[in-house]
Amino acid sequence: MRGFWRWIAEKWVLLLGFVLLAYLFVPIAVVMLLSFNQPASRNTTYVLDLSTFDFTWHNWTDICGAAGLCDSLMRSIYVGLSATLIATILGTLISFALVRYRFWGRGSTNTLIFLPMATPEIVMGTSLLTLFLGLQIPMGFLTILIAHVMFCISFVVVTVKARLAGLDPRLQEAAMDLYATPWQAFRLVILPLVLPGIVAAALLAFSLSFDDFIITNFVTGTSDYTTFPMFIWGSNLRGIPPQVNAIATAMFLISFAFVIAGQLRTRRRSARRAATS
Amino acid sequence: MAALLPTASTGTPVATDIPVEPPAGMRRRRWVPYALLAPGLAWLAVFFVYPVFQLAMASLWDPSGSVETGYSFAWAFSNYSTAWELFNEQFVRSLWYALLTTVICVLLGYPLAYAIAVKGGRWKNLMLVGVIAPFFTSYLVRTYSWKAILSDSGPVVEFLRWTHLLGPDGRLLATEFAVIAGLVYNFLPFMVLPLYASLERLDLRLLEAARDLYHGPVRSFLRVTLPLSLPGVLAGTLLTFIPAAGDYVNAQLLGGPKTQMIGSVIYSRFLVVNDYPIASALSMMLMLTILVLVMIYLKLFGTEEVV
Amino acid sequence: MTDQDLCIENVTKTFGGFTAVDDLTLTIPDGSFFALLGASGCGKTTTLRMVAGLEEPTAGRITLGGLDITRMRPYKRPVNTVFQSYALFPHMSVADNVAFGLRRKGENRADTRRKVAEMLDLVQLGQYGSRRPAQLSGGQQQRVALARALVNQPEVLLLDEPLGALDLKLRRQMQIELKRIQTEVGITFVHVTHDQEEAMTMADTVAVMQAGRIEQLGAPAEMYEFPASAFVANFLGQSNLIKAEVTGQADGHVTVDAHGNRLAVPSARCRVTSGTALLGVRPEKLHLADGLAAVPSGHAAVQGVVTDASFTGVSTQYLVRAPWGSELTVFVPNSGIAAPALPGAQVAVHWSPAHSFLVGS
Repeated sequence: MRGFWRWIAEKWVLLLGFVLLAYLFVPIAVVMLLSFNQPASRNTTYVLDLSTFDFTWHNWTDICGAAGLCDSLMRSIYVGLSATLIATILGTLISFALVRYRFWGRGSTNTLIFLPMATPEIVMGTSLLTLFLGLQIPMGFLTILIAHVMFCISFVVVTVKARLAGLDPRLQEAAMDLYATPWQAFRLVILPLVLPGIVAAALLAFSLSFDDFIITNFVTGTSDYTTFPMFIWGSNLRGIPPQVNAIATAMFLISFAFVIAGQLRTRRRSARRAATS
Repeated sequence: MAALLPTASTGTPVATDIPVEPPAGMRRRRWVPYALLAPGLAWLAVFFVYPVFQLAMASLWDPSGSVETGYSFAWAFSNYSTAWELFNEQFVRSLWYALLTTVICVLLGYPLAYAIAVKGGRWKNLMLVGVIAPFFTSYLVRTYSWKAILSDSGPVVEFLRWTHLLGPDGRLLATEFAVIAGLVYNFLPFMVLPLYASLERLDLRLLEAARDLYHGPVRSFLRVTLPLSLPGVLAGTLLTFIPAAGDYVNAQLLGGPKTQMIGSVIYSRFLVVNDYPIASALSMMLMLTILVLVMIYLKLFGTEEVV
Repeated sequence: MTDQDLCIENVTKTFGGFTAVDDLTLTIPDGSFFALLGASGCGKTTTLRMVAGLEEPTAGRITLGGLDITRMRPYKRPVNTVFQSYALFPHMSVADNVAFGLRRKGENRADTRRKVAEMLDLVQLGQYGSRRPAQLSGGQQQRVALARALVNQPEVLLLDEPLGALDLKLRRQMQIELKRIQTEVGITFVHVTHDQEEAMTMADTVAVMQAGRIEQLGAPAEMYEFPASAFVANFLGQSNLIKAEVTGQADGHVTVDAHGNRLAVPSARCRVTSGTALLGVRPEKLHLADGLAAVPSGHAAVQGVVTDASFTGVSTQYLVRAPWGSELTVFVPNSGIAAPALPGAQVAVHWSPAHSFLVGS
């Protein structure tokens, strides 16, 4: 008994950590559970009542069964990829300028990068809406893309900047000292070393864009370019199709598998390295 | 200082041994940084700075106009007083909810970040994946899931009724509790990640030294660990407070009419009622208030670079 | 002197209002081991970086074998650098690091592989080609950095505090190693360091820099025995400097008055011959005697009181307070001949005038 209490005394912080992680996982588990439930009506998709739980595979076998659901998913992926591509390129260029050059206006550039992150999404949404209305730009894919790139840029800059700032400036000098032209030094030394940061930034940008609802809600207007979050929001009145839970579960499992695979890869690589030394 | 260290007053001197700039071969072209910045900053200028300016203009439009007849610019500062009179309750409530959310997130997020960074050991990476796991599903779906958990026939309410903590007709949905619970859940990872980053950098030997100096874990935590992790607390509170104050998803899905937040008001004024001047004034008020609060906050506790 | 000498002519480098290198002129002969010695911020690293092409001189000219390289891009110069923190490419294997320069120059695969293998053998890292830099110790990383630069057979190899990150024992070992490699390959080495012992151990020629200028340049022994200024006298080893007024010159000697003591210094060892000067003697050139009577004839002497004696193994280090208040440091070798003096003892400190020197104050 005493051993147990000592164990608790030593590990309580870690235990508390796991309890909190479990709390973070609860809603995901519920979504997984509900993906196997056939709700009595669409209005009870999000009612968790175990006494009326009706097990079914239907939400998985007929995952695109709800009208418009998979179309909206494809649109979100398309918008997400396009916004990620543009924002990652623009943001990476900015972080290179900020980290590797001293120039007039550097301070105000930092402020301009910080501001979108310090502005509530609803303000960005309303201001873009005002702009598009004023210029009479038709709402749709283009306006959504513009908005997503805009709020992703800052996050890309912050992520890539952190990686770049940790890079020894002498590495580039060493490359140039060893007969590499500036372009070769960039391609062979700087880029491979910054790439993990750029990939992380791209993943972050994609998840921000894919999941955005608040701003998208303002810049979609009356167009029928419905993204996945907009589809869920729009189904609120008619009731949300239970397939949404299957898709959310699949999204979770796929992302989780990717991250774990990445973790295992780095672990195996470091293990191999340790074995050779 | 400059008087004591004559070489330091010129700025560059001793530091010349450790250059920050790229080598001479590249530095000759002064336009390079501007070329790198131009596309991204142009995007931000056209689609962030200019629209906010537009929004500021719209907040001063003549309120007697309409979408059909068009609006005219009129320096109508009265929009702000009208907006305040109509919606001060939701406005103050939003800031209050955001504050509560932030405080609860610090209280929950700190132990979690500490557990991962200091006690995590071989579990560290897996625990970090756990923190970002909620991002793997959709924000709206997560919030709907909370709705299911807190629903009247759900397990939480049933348990609370069974223990008589809640009356037989008591419910959680449409209460402040539900809204704040949703906000806390959705923004907790934004608190944990920066906290983790700053705790991870902490030198564990410092903690040991602190235990020697201050005797006892509590005092050494208060004197050493906490002050050293303040940059993380700072970044985390900003990343939580700002989006929480402008959020309307949680209030809309989990709350009721009595828990409406300013985000919902702006949303409905813009997209349902089409009352652009008042809606713009509300948006500007929210933005300026948060900007002022953030600036005061950074002045009081801030380091120069939070991001 | 051959025609591949490195010449730095009237080079000045300013950063904003700060002058890092001030009108520097210097010739580094082909095949020599040259050390630039100075405290941090003296301009030695800036000088090195200008030779490497990583900084551009504000004024002046740098030539290598008669070819003007002042504004030549770093990747076009036949010059390679061993960086202070090594700057090894962390994402490449040791062999790829070493092969980097050869590949950029378009050397064919077979030659590259052969030269890399030879070079790794030279620095005794033949087995480590497939490792990543992070898997090597500090000393091994240092040798990879050396191999990576040397494999290109540059005209000049620049070393920027290459041993700074190593512990004392390893540093000694690498000093000898570096000297061996330099003799073997016969390439001009320009070595920047703040460690006077390192500079004197390895270099044929040492230049002491201060505030962007060269204070003195010469062979280590020559500079140690006859420093050009008080700064060099203190920077290279330790010196006792006594303030003195020049009173006259006679018989190839300069006579001075130091706090009432009339002392002589051979004219050939005087940097100044008038006014106020500093008379210097190295601590190991000073001897202790029980009293003035015991001082050998021909030696200069002053009286004093022993205030401190510390035993360091090979020698005992004494502090002797002179009548005018300042303390002289005396190293007495622990050869077992003289009985140790105790603190408080009255002694005479004496030296051969041929071991003293006179520098400006």
